[in-house]
Amino acid sequence: MAYSYQLKRVDFIFRNENDWEKVLSATIKKKPEELINELISSELKGRGGAGFPTGLKWKLTAESKAPEKYVICNADEGEPGTFKDREILSKVPYKVLTAMAVCGYVTGAKQGFIYLRGEYKFLEAELYKAIDEFQYYCKEIDLDFKIKIFMGSGAYICGEETALMESMEGRRGEPRNKPPFPTQAGYMGVPTVINNVETLVHTWTIFKYGAKKFYDLGVQYSRGTKLFSVSGDTPKPGIYELELGMSLQDFVYEFGDGDTKAVQVGGASGFLVPRKKFKDTAIGYEGKLVGISLPTGGSMMLFNSSRSMFNVLDNYLEFFREECCGQCTPCRVGCQQLLLGIKAVKRGEKPASYLNKLLKLTETMQLTAKCGLGQSVANSFSSIVENFREEMIY
Amino acid sequence: MDNKLNITINGLPVKLEKGKTILEAAEKTGIKIPTLCYHKDLCVAGNCRVCVVEVVGQKRLSAACATPCEEGMEILTNSLKVRNSRKHIIELLLAEHNADCTKCYRNGNCELQELASEYKIMTQDFIELTPLKNYTIDMFSPSIIKDDSKCIRCQRCVRTCAELQGVNALTVAYKGDRMKITTFFEKALNDVVCTNCGQCVNHCPTGALVEKNYIEEVWEAISDPNKHVVVQTAPAVRVGLGEEMGMKPGERVTGKMVAALKRLGFDSVLDTDFTADLTIVEEGTELLTRLKKAIVEKNTEIKLPMITSCSPGWIKYIEHLYPDNLGNLSTCKSPQQMFGALVKTYYAKARNLAPENIVSVSIMPCTAKKFEAHRPEMHDSGYRDVDYVLTTRELAILIKQAGLDFDKLEPARFDRLMGDSTGAGVIFGATGGVMEAALRTAYELVTGREVPFENLNIMPVRGIEGVKKASIKIENPLKEWAFLDGVELKCAVAHGLVNAKIIMEAVKTGEADFHFIEIMACPGGCLGGGGQPIPTNPEIRKKRAEAIYAEDSGLPLRKSHENPEVQKLYKDFLIEPLGEISHHLLHTNYTKRERF
Repeated sequence: MAYSYQLKRVDFIFRNENDWEKVLSATIKKKPEELINELISSELKGRGGAGFPTGLKWKLTAESKAPEKYVICNADEGEPGTFKDREILSKVPYKVLTAMAVCGYVTGAKQGFIYLRGEYKFLEAELYKAIDEFQYYCKEIDLDFKIKIFMGSGAYICGEETALMESMEGRRGEPRNKPPFPTQAGYMGVPTVINNVETLVHTWTIFKYGAKKFYDLGVQYSRGTKLFSVSGDTPKPGIYELELGMSLQDFVYEFGDGDTKAVQVGGASGFLVPRKKFKDTAIGYEGKLVGISLPTGGSMMLFNSSRSMFNVLDNYLEFFREECCGQCTPCRVGCQQLLLGIKAVKRGEKPASYLNKLLKLTETMQLTAKCGLGQSVANSFSSIVENFREEMIY
Repeated sequence: MDNKLNITINGLPVKLEKGKTILEAAEKTGIKIPTLCYHKDLCVAGNCRVCVVEVVGQKRLSAACATPCEEGMEILTNSLKVRNSRKHIIELLLAEHNADCTKCYRNGNCELQELASEYKIMTQDFIELTPLKNYTIDMFSPSIIKDDSKCIRCQRCVRTCAELQGVNALTVAYKGDRMKITTFFEKALNDVVCTNCGQCVNHCPTGALVEKNYIEEVWEAISDPNKHVVVQTAPAVRVGLGEEMGMKPGERVTGKMVAALKRLGFDSVLDTDFTADLTIVEEGTELLTRLKKAIVEKNTEIKLPMITSCSPGWIKYIEHLYPDNLGNLSTCKSPQQMFGALVKTYYAKARNLAPENIVSVSIMPCTAKKFEAHRPEMHDSGYRDVDYVLTTRELAILIKQAGLDFDKLEPARFDRLMGDSTGAGVIFGATGGVMEAALRTAYELVTGREVPFENLNIMPVRGIEGVKKASIKIENPLKEWAFLDGVELKCAVAHGLVNAKIIMEAVKTGEADFHFIEIMACPGGCLGGGGQPIPTNPEIRKKRAEAIYAEDSGLPLRKSHENPEVQKLYKDFLIEPLGEISHHLLHTNYTKRERF
C-alpha cells in the first residue's frame, strides 16, 4: 500500500513577476513601523540557517541611533550542498534589490552591499546590470539607497556574519566577539542588518502579498516556505521551494532513490539523520511542539546504502579542518582531533572507546567555540558517530 | 545610581559599574578566571576560550574576557560544565603545543604550563599535532627566536606588534589547521620590518617567542683567565631585576645587583648611566649647535626637530619606515654603544689593558640592543664595541645559576672609571627621561641657571601618556647663546612605536614645530622594554617608573654635566663635546632600509 505523503510545493520565490517597481514604490509609502510589524507578524526567520527572527533584526537596527547604517545581503553561499542563492541572484535579482532598499528605508540605511561569494564571480556582471537599472528607478522615485557588490575571496568562514564584515573592512575574515551584535555595531562599527539572500526574497513576498499569506504556510514556529538544495543519491537533484515543517520521511519519499540510508540536513555543519529517525524528524526551526526539528540553510544531501558513513564524515571533517578560521582553540584544534581521531580508530591505533572521548570533545566545541560555525562543526561528527558507530570502527 | 548593575558570581552578589566584563567583575570579587589570550595591554581577542564561564540560562558558555556583564546575570566560574570544558581546551592546546617543557627557555615561567599544572592534566589522550607539522625555528635574528611549535595562536604577539608598536611585522596567515603567526612572505624575522623591540617576547604566554640568549658565552668569558670582562648595566635593569628575584614590582635593587655582578665574577662592574650622562652632554651640545646653525646662520640644511637615538628599536623603525627623516636623528650613539666604544679605548688605556683581551658585556632591559651590538658600524674602537648583550631576564638566570641568595647580598657600589652617574642618567630608563635630563643640562648651559621646575622635576614630560608635549621659554641667556633669547624651546616625547608614528607623521608633513623629540620604542620607555621581567602591564610599569624617579631624587648629583667622571673623561681623553675623538667614537650614521 502506498504511503500517502504530503509535501507541499510552493512557488513564490522564482515566480516570474515584473512588478518590482510597483512593489517598491507601494511598500515605501507605508510607515517603517508598519512594515516591521508586518514582518514580525509573518514570523519570518533567517534562512541562512541560524533562524533569527527577521522582523526583530530590522526593528533593533531601526531603533539603534546612528548617523549611518548599512544593509548587507549575505550571498557568500558556502555551505557544502547549498546552491539556492546563486539561482535567486541570477533569476530574480530585482526581488533581492527591492528587499534591500525596503530594508534601507525601514532601518534608515542609505547603503547596501551584496557580499558575493568569490566563486560566484560569473554573476557579478549581470548583477551590476540589474543594480544599475534598479538604481535608476530609485533615483526616479527619490529613494536614496545605493547598492554595491563586494566580492568575497573564497573563505568559507566569511559566510559568518561578523567574519564577513571583518573581510569587508579589509581584515582577515575572523568572527568577532558577540555582543555587540551587528544590529548595534556591524560593518564599520555602525548598526547593520545582514540577511541571507533568500530571507530578503521572503520579505518581498511578505510585502507584496501580506504577512498572512506567508504565515499561513508552514507550521507553528516554522512559518512560510524554504528553498531546498537537494543533492546526493537522488533521481531529481535541484532546487525546490517547499513548505516548512514537513517530515523527513515525506521528503525522502519524494526525493529518495528507494535506498536512502541517511540524509544530511543543513550541510556539512548540519546533522545526519538515519533512516530509522526519518519519521520523527521534521524540517524547520526548533520549537516546543514538534519532536526533533532540524533547521537547515537549505542543504539536503541524501545517501544510499552504497555510501560509507566513515567516508562521508571524513570528507566533512577534512573540509572543516581546512575552512575553520583558526582563531579559537576548540574549533581549530578540535577539528584536527576529530579528523585524526576517526582515522586512528579506523586504523586500529586508538581503541573504539576513543570515539566516546571525541564525543565529549564535541560537547565542549559546541559549548565554547567563538562563532556559530565553531559551535556547529561537530554536529555532523556527533550525529554520524552516534548513528553509524560500527562504520567508524570496522 | 543608574550606571551600576547587580550580578552574582558563584552565588555572591556583586555590584559594579556598567560596561565591565565578566572577567573584570570576577577579578574585583577576588575570583580568578584563567586566561591566555587576554592581556591588559591589548584589545580583547576572545580566541583561546580558556576563560569560559557559565551564565545561568544560556545554552553555551561565554568567554569572560569578552562578555560584558548585564543586570541580573548569574555567573558560575567553576561549575562542572565549565571545569570540563576548560580542561578540554587546555588539553587541546597541549596537543597542539610542543610540550617538551624541560627543554624550553620559558620552563617555569609559562602561562600554559601553569594552567596545565593547575588543572592537573596528567595524561595526553589527544593526538599530538606537532610531530605532524614541519616546524622550523627562526633563529636568524640576533635578538629574537621564534618557534612555531610552541605557539598557541593566542595572537598576543600580533596584537602587540600592531597595537602597541604599529609595526605589524608579525601577523596571522593561512586558515584552519595551517593557521599560524608569521611574517611578510614568511621571511625570517631578521629580514622583515621587525624592530627587535621584543614586546612580542614580553607578551608571549609560552616559549614561542624568546630572546636569543648569550648566557653560555658570558660564562665562558668570565671563566677565561685571559679575559678582562667588563659589564655595564642599563638604568631600567635596577628597577626590574627584583621582580625576577621574587620581589614586588617597583623595588630598587641597584646595590644588590652590583654585588651580584661582582660575585658572578665580572672583573669590573660599571654603569651605563655614566654614558647616559655623556650622551646628554654630546646630544645637548648637538641640539644647541643645530639650533645655532638654523637660527643664526640660517642654514636650511640643518634638520629640525632633532630626535633622540638611544632606543635601538626606534632606530630600526625609522630606518624602515621614515628613511627620509634619518637626518633628524641625533648622530649620538646610544649609551650602550658609547660605553662599548670607550671601554676598548679610554678604559683600556687607563687600566693598561689590551683591548683585544677585554670582553664587554651589557645588561639591558632590551632585546633590540642585541641587534644594535651586532651592527657592522659598531666597531669604532677597532673591535666589536659590545660583545654580548644580556637582558634583565638573562641576568636573573646567571644569578640563579650561580646560586646567589639575592636577598642576603650586601649592597655594593659600582667600580670606578665609568661607574659614576647622576640622577639624570638614571631617568633614561623612563619615558621622558632623556628629555628631562637634556633640558636640565641644556637650559643651564644656555642660561647659567637651573631649569625652572621644583626640585629639577620636569613633570610635563613624565607620565604614561603616549605623546607628551612641553615647552620652555629661554630668557636672559648667557652672552654666547644670546640668539636664543625669547625662544620657546618646544619638545615632544613619545613612547611605544605606535605613538612614534603619530609624531613622525606630523614631522613628515611639517605640522610639528618641535625643536627636540624623544622617542622610545617600548611602552613606558626602557623600563617596559622587551628584555624586562615577564609579565608586564600598565600597573607594573607604573611601579617601575616610580622607582626610577625615586632613584633619581635620592642621588646627590642630578645633572649630567656635573658627573665628575664625565668631566674627567673630557679633560683626559675627549677634549670637548662633538670634538674629533667624540665624532669618531661616540657618533654614528644610519642605514636606509626597505619596508619589505
